[in-house]
Amino acid sequence: MKREDLFELAGRNLREAALRNSLTTLGIGVGVASLVALLSLGAGLQDLVGQRFNRSGLFNTLGVFSPRDMRSSETRSRDESANPAVLRPLDDSVRRDIAALPHVIEVYPEIRMQTDIGFAGHTLFSSVSALPPSARQSDAFENMHGKFFSGDQAPEVVVQTDFARELLEAQEIPAAEDTGSPARPSAPPAATPAASPSFPGKAPGAGATIARTGPLTAPEAAQLLGKEILLRYAERQQPAAAIAPGITPGITPDIASHAAPPTASARAGAPAKRPRPGDGVSLEAPGFSVVRRELPLRIVGIIETAPYAGLTGSSNSRVFIPVALAEKLRPVLPSSLRDLMQGTQPSETTYQALVVRLSTPTYVPATQEAIRKIGFRTFSLLDATRQLRRVFAVLDIFLAIFGSVALIVASLGIVNTLVMSVLERRREIGILKALGASDGDVKRLFFAEAGAMGIAGGLLGVALGWLIGRGINFATGIYLARQDLPRESILLLPWWLGAGAIVFSIVVSLLSGLYPAARAAKLDPVQALRYE
Amino acid sequence: MQSRTSENGLAIRAENLRRHYKMGETLISAVDGVSLEVRAGEFIALLGSSGSGKSTLLNLIAGLDRPTSGNIFVNGRDLGAMTSEELARHRRETVGMVFQAFNLMPRMTLEENVELPLRLAEVSRTERAARVLEALERVGLTPRRRHRPSELSGGEQQRSALARALVNRPQILLADEPTGNLDSRNGNEIMRRISELNSHLGMTVVLVTHERALAERFAQRTVFLADGKILGADANLLAAGEDAEPASRVP
Repeated sequence: MKREDLFELAGRNLREAALRNSLTTLGIGVGVASLVALLSLGAGLQDLVGQRFNRSGLFNTLGVFSPRDMRSSETRSRDESANPAVLRPLDDSVRRDIAALPHVIEVYPEIRMQTDIGFAGHTLFSSVSALPPSARQSDAFENMHGKFFSGDQAPEVVVQTDFARELLEAQEIPAAEDTGSPARPSAPPAATPAASPSFPGKAPGAGATIARTGPLTAPEAAQLLGKEILLRYAERQQPAAAIAPGITPGITPDIASHAAPPTASARAGAPAKRPRPGDGVSLEAPGFSVVRRELPLRIVGIIETAPYAGLTGSSNSRVFIPVALAEKLRPVLPSSLRDLMQGTQPSETTYQALVVRLSTPTYVPATQEAIRKIGFRTFSLLDATRQLRRVFAVLDIFLAIFGSVALIVASLGIVNTLVMSVLERRREIGILKALGASDGDVKRLFFAEAGAMGIAGGLLGVALGWLIGRGINFATGIYLARQDLPRESILLLPWWLGAGAIVFSIVVSLLSGLYPAARAAKLDPVQALRYE
Repeated sequence: MQSRTSENGLAIRAENLRRHYKMGETLISAVDGVSLEVRAGEFIALLGSSGSGKSTLLNLIAGLDRPTSGNIFVNGRDLGAMTSEELARHRRETVGMVFQAFNLMPRMTLEENVELPLRLAEVSRTERAARVLEALERVGLTPRRRHRPSELSGGEQQRSALARALVNRPQILLADEPTGNLDSRNGNEIMRRISELNSHLGMTVVLVTHERALAERFAQRTVFLADGKILGADANLLAAGEDAEPASRVP
């Protein structure tokens, strides 16, 4: 029999027992729907968590450190044999090597500095972090005021809400006369919530001087967006380089007292705490000189929480600039002082740490190994994701088992319906055979009927599962909105899950059709046609 | 299609054909050593009472059943050696069957019922339509082609069954008590049409009946069966006649 005739006859037979077959199909549909709904829950949760983490960069990011920076006792014990003097410095060549590794999306230095920021005649204090372009995907920029940096080296700045409030307050208070003064004010103006150098990175006085918390209102943000702030920093210059006219480098006699502590603190694993090399102090040392610089930056965005930008944690930074811009500035960093102490060639740029971003967390172990081979320490949070993925794998299996139970019950329904149909249609099967239908024709006819119920049930089930998902997402959306949380998709129905469910439904239906079809094919036409 | 005159003009040849059934512990010999030759274009009647094995013999010729032993050749081909797929092909192409119970598909229209063998034979859609019309024309049921079997009289149903048997243009028509469910007028009409197929188209006809009068009136030759065996030639005619049920059993 031709396929079209087969399907036509099958469709005919299905229509003839419409109620029974629709109920059977509905059964499959409900089974598929439960499977789809449960698996979309798994997929949705996994996506939710995975996406969050991936976007945060926690798990597809590696930190690369020089073994010379003994960050922990563990590293030290492992590297006891390593002689820092012969080790390769973490410089541009290493950066290029790492960037050339497979699956590496970007490599950028971790740049953070504690510095002064001039605004409306006031001086504020903050930790400034450099952000790579990829940080744009971070959750932190989801509901921001304004926008992300317009370019890699754009003289732009994104500030965090707390800092924005300080700026707003500074704006309201008449300008102090310390604008452009090379010396840091010995005491900040009483009303200015400038940070005390002893608590870098914090938002001192935030609770006392800022009444409101939470996100800025749109008008408040509008007051700041587009305004300029003045970033004051210390630039590292080669001794040979001409000192730019107009900038008078101050000379400080006590190099050692400034240079030694940061090296020590970097070794102690707390690079955030370090003296401030700016403030009109210039180092004139064998290594390099330090020149005080000011850079006007336009405020383009205000974010509520700091994004994850590096490994030592940028969460206490409140001011962010593009990483390429930060590199161009050549600011004095703790690593600069370390270079000085360790006698690195002054022409080299070395990094305190490089951050390596990979396409997916999957490649983290291989990349870590490759970087270790180059001779550097790495750090990642991969183990945490591995654990997480295991949890989701187990969860998915459980959900699939529960979902499948309904489908198995439904498949028994198919077996039942088709066996009934074989019994009922004994005579018809006999006639078909007498007219020249082969065993195969009869078998295929029943298969086609089972398959048709599978397709219909699968489509119905996916549609039903999708509706259930939409319903649950809608309900959780309302709940989350009441809790003042952003709307999330708890259930996710990716195309492969929908297609897979339909295929699975057809396969299960055909398997269910095996026995009834074989039974129909085996039917003896002489018996079936015996005149009763 | 094979030539009808293969094997010296024999359409059907049975050699010591046996068909045994097991019914619980007892062995039933439905057909018990039948040897028979039917020439192409012949109209033969298998006459016998119920249980004589005539229907079983017909099913063996039709390829619906397989012999326990012995051989059955149709158009020179050994049905016993055929695969089930080949037997299905034999039923589709070589033989056409008419039953006492009509055996029409109840939910299909006449047209669709007649079309069914053509679908099984994978005849193209356009040719199917033409051949269905031709077959219905031959039995005079064209106006009723969109009706379902339940809307037709017994005679009309049997005529559509006959159209269905003809539609694949078989060489052999096997009729199993075709008049059994019909009154004498309709029965005669069906027999007249079957007879016409034999005389006009040269179709070989094997008629199974228990009505001696019917056999004698239409068949060129009558073979008597009792207990699965052929009862000699005309010498046993009388004895077989006594075995047969009353000829005028009309519902």
